[in-house]
Amino acid sequence: MGLEQKLGNMGVATVKLEELVNWSRTNAMWPMLFGLACCAIEMMSAQAANYDMSRFGMELMRASPRQSDLMIVAGRVTRKMAPVVRRLYDQMPDPKWVIAMGDCASCGGIFNNYAVMQGVDEVVPVDVYVAGCPPRPEALIHGVVTLHEKIRGEKFKDWA
Amino acid sequence: MSDVLQNHHARLLKTFGGATTEHAGEITVILPAERILEAARLIHDEMGFDYLAYVTAVDYWPEENPRFHVAYTFRSLSQKLTLHLRAPVAGIKPSLASIESVYRNANWQEREVYDMFGIHFEGHSDLRRILMPADWVGHPQRKDYPLGYEEPQYSFNFDEIKARKPAPKE
Amino acid sequence: MTQLQDVSLDGLSHLVSERALRGETMLLNMGPQHPSTHGVLRLLLELDGETVVNCIPDIGFLHTGIEKNMESKTYQKAEVMTDRMDYMNPVGNNFTYCLAVEKLIGLDVPVRAQAIRVILAELTRIQSHLVWLGTAALDVAAMSVFLYCFREREQILDIMELVSGQRMMTTYIRPGGLWRDVPVEFEAAVRDFLKIMPKRIDEYEAMLTKNPLFLDRCLGIGVISGEEAINWGLSGATLRGSGPDYDVRKFAPYSGYEQYDFDVPTRTQGDVYARYIIHIEEMRQSIRIVQQALDKLPLGPVRSNNYKFVPPPRSQIGTSMEALIHHFKLWTEGFYPPKGAVYAATESPRGELGCFLESDGGPKPYRVHFRAPSFDNLQVLPRLSKGHFVADLVAIIGSIDIVLGDIDR
Repeated sequence: MGLEQKLGNMGVATVKLEELVNWSRTNAMWPMLFGLACCAIEMMSAQAANYDMSRFGMELMRASPRQSDLMIVAGRVTRKMAPVVRRLYDQMPDPKWVIAMGDCASCGGIFNNYAVMQGVDEVVPVDVYVAGCPPRPEALIHGVVTLHEKIRGEKFKDWA
Repeated sequence: MSDVLQNHHARLLKTFGGATTEHAGEITVILPAERILEAARLIHDEMGFDYLAYVTAVDYWPEENPRFHVAYTFRSLSQKLTLHLRAPVAGIKPSLASIESVYRNANWQEREVYDMFGIHFEGHSDLRRILMPADWVGHPQRKDYPLGYEEPQYSFNFDEIKARKPAPKE
Repeated sequence: MTQLQDVSLDGLSHLVSERALRGETMLLNMGPQHPSTHGVLRLLLELDGETVVNCIPDIGFLHTGIEKNMESKTYQKAEVMTDRMDYMNPVGNNFTYCLAVEKLIGLDVPVRAQAIRVILAELTRIQSHLVWLGTAALDVAAMSVFLYCFREREQILDIMELVSGQRMMTTYIRPGGLWRDVPVEFEAAVRDFLKIMPKRIDEYEAMLTKNPLFLDRCLGIGVISGEEAINWGLSGATLRGSGPDYDVRKFAPYSGYEQYDFDVPTRTQGDVYARYIIHIEEMRQSIRIVQQALDKLPLGPVRSNNYKFVPPPRSQIGTSMEALIHHFKLWTEGFYPPKGAVYAATESPRGELGCFLESDGGPKPYRVHFRAPSFDNLQVLPRLSKGHFVADLVAIIGSIDIVLGDIDR
């Protein structure tokens, strides 16, 4: 602040490096297309015109894990799919975050049986859980905004 | 119940033996399992039922003989008729002839019955698991296979269940 | 459980051609996570350059064990699981299950409930076809159609929310009728929707039907003849694109469909373009059916009054002893249908969706099996895609309209 007062109107702003990095990470976060089941349809609705997620920086969904930094696990993860989820998570470059969308991804949902993993946090570490079956697009956007707030509070040493 | 359908039922019973049961206006013909392929050919070629709706099985454990009933439903699109069939199969080394050569979609339907119940279909071109992973042990929809549910975590057993639950290392 | 499974090539060698084993053709994995496979479908492609020689689908990545799980819940509580099978058609799944339960018990459904069931089922059909159109067009790179379709879909989801409180998995249709009567705003909302929808369908057609790029991508791709289609057990638009006019609503009418006047569109070419035209026509016919059902909507109760199987209205519980006892027994134990097995089918947007239900006299279903239309429709994919390019394979998968939740259950 003091520097700006001395330099007058020269178009200079000062900010902490961590804040700048976190701000840029949140504003252009590209999710990976990982719709598994019903929640995927609500995720598509959230991306479409009515509840636009592009307003929050998620302009497009990348199909390749190498080009994305957010994995929204939308839908039930079965035991056959679990190694695939883990492999895709490993293929994403740092920094990466995971949102578990819906009840099935958070805790297994209504399916408590031999075939469904009781929550995707059995295979990947999750940052934000969004509840609902399926969660409304507004709930997903709330989850995304919560993730943004979490990222604003991150420190460099978390990722080092 | 139309006369044409009743004639078909009577003909099947006369050729193969067996019985019929009825519930809610639907008649199901029960045929012996050894002659199911012949019956399928008769139904397809001569009776005009050209569409197989599904093949599924019911498990009557702990009754051992017969333990399974394999159920079929055929439709005749031109005559607007539906035929329900069942074949009882024993519990030890259950096996049955495959009707894939007559109705092509029996391919995947029978694979699903094999995967879920363990019933072998002889003459099937590609009998392997379809819904479960290839190295899965056991046949899930049998009645003696457990549901495999996870115990709900309440406050009194929270820590024990958390210790047993798998978690990623990173 | 998180070990990757090694499936050796020997186990699959009977499925690929000789050339693959010699190394002439390439085996490519179009994995479970792919933008164009409409869900978690894994395809093992055998490619000769860009041409598909063989294609082996590997399914089961969404197998949820719903059928087995329903065996351990009572009939009313098991219905919740049926919504989540074919998640583009949740009302249709509930409908099929309820028809099977009602057939098993021998329960009569009042006419008002039947008409409202038809209206909701047809609205769900329109909603499913809109998502199909959006994603299939996205697969052939017509990206703006996606945004247009989802705009209309939001209106239908608003109607669903008005009626049941939930946008998608409504569980509004219950054995014996409906959960509760529709609110007063329902008719106005549906009429508003019906007023604007035909012009919107014209908009979609204006974007795609005569578009030379779309025609190039779709004409003559994935052709199958009518007889072969019947032998493969196809149903829905995939079958009707090749000739036969099998529609369960006309074959074995249920829930009052015989009173409504509608056509079943068919084509004979059997290619991707024919299926696209049929989907668009079906949307128009659904609008016709909803119009007729709404005009003729009868007054009356929306639930059967056989309280041994159907819960009594909540208002009676305070005053009538029998109602209280019925309510208590139904929600603690469930109802006891007679022993027997039935099969009930409806026409889902994908084809013939059927429910095979067997009861042993107890309060829980002894065996439930759903005949999923996408299961049989996907079987024919290797046959349809032989000799086409990988990009055409994507268009074919789009046109046969599969939903992996339906296939894997």
